Amino acid sequence: MSFVSRGFRGRRQPEADSARVPPGQYVTTDYPVLSAGPTPHTSLDVWDFSITGEVDEEKGWTWAEFQALPSEEVTVDIHCVTKWSKLDTTWRGVSIDTLLEGVDTAAEHVIQYSDGGYTTNTPLEDVTGGKAWIVYEYDGEPLAPEHGGPARMLLPHLYFWKSAKWIRGLRVQREDEPGFWEQNGYNNYGDPWKEQRYWGD
Amino acid sequence: MTWRLADVLDVTAETDRVKTLALDVPGWPGHRAGQHVDVRLTAEDGYQAERSYSIASAPSGTRLELTVECLDDGEVSPYLTDELRTGDKLELRGPVGGYFVWEPSVGGPVLLVGGGSGVVPLMAMIRERAAAASDVDMRLLLSSRSWEGVIYRDELERLEGDGLTVTHTLTRSQPEGWTGYARRIDADMLAAVGPGVGDRPHIYVCGPTPLVEAVATALVGLGHEPSRVKTERFGPTGG
Repeated sequence: MSFVSRGFRGRRQPEADSARVPPGQYVTTDYPVLSAGPTPHTSLDVWDFSITGEVDEEKGWTWAEFQALPSEEVTVDIHCVTKWSKLDTTWRGVSIDTLLEGVDTAAEHVIQYSDGGYTTNTPLEDVTGGKAWIVYEYDGEPLAPEHGGPARMLLPHLYFWKSAKWIRGLRVQREDEPGFWEQNGYNNYGDPWKEQRYWGD
Repeated sequence: MTWRLADVLDVTAETDRVKTLALDVPGWPGHRAGQHVDVRLTAEDGYQAERSYSIASAPSGTRLELTVECLDDGEVSPYLTDELRTGDKLELRGPVGGYFVWEPSVGGPVLLVGGGSGVVPLMAMIRERAAAASDVDMRLLLSSRSWEGVIYRDELERLEGDGLTVTHTLTRSQPEGWTGYARRIDADMLAAVGPGVGDRPHIYVCGPTPLVEAVATALVGLGHEPSRVKTERFGPTGG
């Protein structure tokens, strides 16, 4: 069946990497920047982080309070829907499990919301169980604004648009609600290993 | 979204590093100006590489055109610019992206800011405006390294007028007698070229990350609403 591009040889990934790179992705050592609009610059004096929506009690932290929460260093591979993957990226931040400690909810969906109006949606179970963090350091340095600083979601098992930059909170909901890219042609779930890039994938 | 096998009708040079591929795509569902496609190359042993490329042609055109810049360390772009020829087939799927798009119903005024091959999706908008005989106030500010490096230079010159203005800035070298801008795009240039903040222009910025970051920040600094500034970037790793 399969089509061959006449004259194309390609550049193979090193063997060790190939099992870590989802279909259609290539490994980069750079750190490309992608966003749909201007980079917001929010002062740490007014920054806060909230858990809202269908929870028994809403929670919130100032920047100082957030920094005082127990943090973890995590090293993970990340996969952007624009085809690049970056291996062994190191971050520091707070596990969503820590943020949701003591929160009681029957809801099954969560919306990440950010400065600048960006949103993205996932099942709640995709951000719990040691799978997701709100990170504020990259490679030992404060997270730069163009990469989502002061703080962003790190949700490495889904395409990276599911890791909102400039995040300010999580809204827990009973109903699923497609976020920004999910309304603009991109897949509602975004599993890179199933190559769920777009609507209908 | 399904993969389609396109016929390569034509490969033409835009500059010494940039080529336009004209394609016939059976079953193409149509697109909006500003959208892109994913291209997939397959080697004989089944190895595949995928990249995204902006669509250059207007939606009303009969052929789908992609304009591709050859990146020195690229894996896919050198194949598209140097190997692919008329009569070959190319696998792609799309169109993709519902945000960085303009169509005549969006209206104006419109400010398009491009760097290098970042002009490609903006050109689709300019061509769509022309095809629809729209008289929307549309202004392109395009940063290129040199006059020879300006993509679509002649066509832009032809299309200018009737509400479309084209302003070049040449950042590395300028032809003799050049009286236009010769520096990176900054707030003063954006204020001089663009519609006023009070006119609430729709703004589209596409280019390498440093240009997009600088331009978007400057536009917000001038007072444009962040939600009116749509950006599309490509990094050095585009391939």
